[in-house]
Order: sequence, then structure tokens, then C-alpha cells
Amino acid sequence: MANDPIHQFQISKIVPIEIGGIDFSFTNASLFMVATVACAAGFLYFATSQRGLIPGRAQSVAEMSYEFIAGMLREGAGSQGMKFFPLVFSLFMFVLTANLLGMFPYFYTVTSQIIVTFALALLVIGTVVVYGFYKHGLHFLQLFVPSGVPGALLPLVVAIEVISFLSRPVSLSVRLFANMLAGHITLKVFAGFVTSLGALGALGVGGAILPLIMTVALTGLEFLVAFLQAYVFAVLTCMYLNDAVHPGGH
Amino acid sequence: MFVTSAYAQTAPAATDQNAAPAGEVHTETGVAHEAEHGGGVFPPFDSTHFASQLLWLVITFGLFYLLMKKVIVPRVGGILEHRHDRIAQDLDEAARLKAEADAAVETYERELAAARAKGNAIAESAREEAKTKAAADRAAIEAELSEKLSAAETRIAEIKAQAFAEVGQIAEETASAIVDQLIGAKATGDDIKAAVAAAKTGA
Repeated sequence: MANDPIHQFQISKIVPIEIGGIDFSFTNASLFMVATVACAAGFLYFATSQRGLIPGRAQSVAEMSYEFIAGMLREGAGSQGMKFFPLVFSLFMFVLTANLLGMFPYFYTVTSQIIVTFALALLVIGTVVVYGFYKHGLHFLQLFVPSGVPGALLPLVVAIEVISFLSRPVSLSVRLFANMLAGHITLKVFAGFVTSLGALGALGVGGAILPLIMTVALTGLEFLVAFLQAYVFAVLTCMYLNDAVHPGGH
Repeated sequence: MFVTSAYAQTAPAATDQNAAPAGEVHTETGVAHEAEHGGGVFPPFDSTHFASQLLWLVITFGLFYLLMKKVIVPRVGGILEHRHDRIAQDLDEAARLKAEADAAVETYERELAAARAKGNAIAESAREEAKTKAAADRAAIEAELSEKLSAAETRIAEIKAQAFAEVGQIAEETASAIVDQLIGAKATGDDIKAAVAAAKTGA
């Protein structure tokens, strides 16, 4: 069991809760959702509690993440998109913190659950659809009708646009989920090589050096992926929100 | 995946009891991941936990979103805006101080130029005054000198006239003395007088 790379994704109940026959237990995944929120919110709260004119180290990090997302959103969705800033910032911080917490040994990776990433992706797409119809009414459907397309091709183009729009929540959620899952499995597999080869005696210990190096390198890579996937999630969110703000503009 | 298959044989022995959903068909082939656990489902796709996952995600992310929206974003935005304002204000203050310094420099330059002009004027007037005074002095001295000169000339003329008047008498006395010495005879005054007069006119 110790070497099973899938075991790390196993959900175990901590406090069993059942409401109306549906299992709402507080699980290890729930625990790490709470931990993610506590870490991210706690950091941002205490880092900025001084409100220093000249920021300290922690406040600098908090401000940098704020300005990073603000710049990204302004670039992606224009100044009208800035009303979604709290959402994009929350998504980015949540995904980033969850990914980074998952890098600790024995910690549960919240974002390696397809249901979690899918829910976040649906939140984004839901926001896009609801805000798009609320703001532009039926004009929002122009999103599926690019301008300057010859009439004969229009049904085909519209069909492609609709399919691409519908596939967005899938691609958004699967990208994050699969990256985290595959990364953690790979890491576990290579780390498993180290222990299983090490158990074979002197020759095995010598042979275990290679997977050990791989594990170290992969750990670094995984930290990069953890940040990158949060970044990609946020960038795509900004792009999709742009469609809600300017449906005819692409 | 290699290790996964290698340990697949040991996995069913230690199945996770928590993940076993009721009525799930349990296969022990040990080939697919789904079969390696008691639940028979790859954990991320195990739908028995979806409801709990969603509930806790909604609770935690909802709280996080509210905290971000109500506290963190306004606070950080406020900090950044405050800093932005402060920097703009400081820049304005710096621009104002620079303008003040420029004005002070300009005033200084102007005053310096005025002082220089005034100094020049004073020097000029002093020079003029000195020149005028020198000219006046020279004129006075020249007048005095010419006066003295003319006085001297008058005196010379007087002396000359007097000398000319006395020449005849001196010549008679001299001639009488010469005649006395030469021939030992006394010439009469009239003769000498006539001779002198003749000589004077002959001369």
C-alpha cells in the first residue's frame, strides 16, 4: 500500500455526515479545502494587516499576486472585466494554494479531484453565461456567430463555436485535474523506485540514485506545474470572462 | 505504471474500507486501476464522494470568495491606491518645490543682474565725476600758467625796453674810457655822444 501511487488520492471520512441519505461527510479532501482556504486567506489577511506604505516581504507577495491577477484580468477582459476581479483572484489563490499544499508529503491534493476542478470550471462558465445574458441579453449569442463569415459556412462555424464553448468547462477542469493527478502519480512512482531498489541491497542502493535524482527534479517541476496550472486557470478564466463582457468582440 | 502493476498483487490485500460503495461490482483482476482498490473505482472518479466534495468546496470556496471580496481585495486595493496617491502627491510636492527653487534662482539672478547694473552705474558716474574734476583742474592750472606766462613776458619786455634805453649811456662811458686809455686825451662828451649816435644809426 505504501508504494501504491493511487492511494494518495483516496478519500477517507473524518467526520461522517449524512443528510437526506446523501453522504456529506467531512473527509480528508474537505480538511485540505479548509486548510487551503485557511492558508491563503490567513496569509493574505495577516500579510496586509499592517497596510504599510512601504510593504514588508509578506505584504509585497500579497500585493504582487493582487497586481499580477489585476493586470492579467485587465489585459484579458478590459477594464469592464475588473468587476470579476474578486472571483478571478479567489480562483487563482485557491487553486495555487491547493496545488502548493499538495506538494507536501502526506498532504491531500484538492485539485487532483475532477469534481473539484469541474465545479470551479462550471463556476467560471456559469458566471460567463449568466453575466453574458444579463448584460447583453440575446446579443450574447453573437458570441457563436463570428463576423465576416460567408453565409454558406455560417452553420458549420456556429456549430464549431458552440462545441468549443461547451468543451470549455471540460478542458478547463481536465487540464488542472490531469496535471495534478499525473504529476503526483509520477512523483510517487519514481519515489517508489527509490525505496524498492534500496531494499535490494548495495547494488540496489547504487541503482536507486537515478530515480532519486528524477524525484528531486520532478519535485521542482511539480512546483512549477502547481504555479503554472493556477496561472493557466486564471488566464483562461479571464479570456472566458472577456466573452461575457464583449460577446461580439472576437 | 510499472510499479503500479508490480504492486497490484499486494493492493487488494489492503483494501481501503472507506471507499467501498454498496452494490459496486468488485473485480480482482488487478490489471486496471479501478480494480486495485476496495471501491473498485479510481478515486478521483469515485462518485460516492462527489456530493461531499461539492458541499465542502462550496462552503470553503464560498467563504474564501466572500473574504476576498469583502476584506482582502478592498484592503489591498486600498493599500495600492493609497501608495499611488502618495507617490503622485510626493511627485506634485517635488514639482512644486522645484518650481519654488527655480523661482528663487530666477529672483536671485534678477537681483544679481540689477546689483551688477547698479554697480556699473555707480562706477560709471564716479568715473564721469573724476573725469570732469580732472578736466576742471587742468583748465584752472592751464589758466594760471598762461597768466604767469604773460606776466613773465610783460616783465621781459619791460626789462628789454629799459636795457635798450640805457645802452647809449653805457656806450658813451665805455667809449670815453677807451679813448682815455688809447690816446690819453680826454674826449669831450659831445664828441662821444655824436660818435655813439652815429654808430647806433650806422649799426
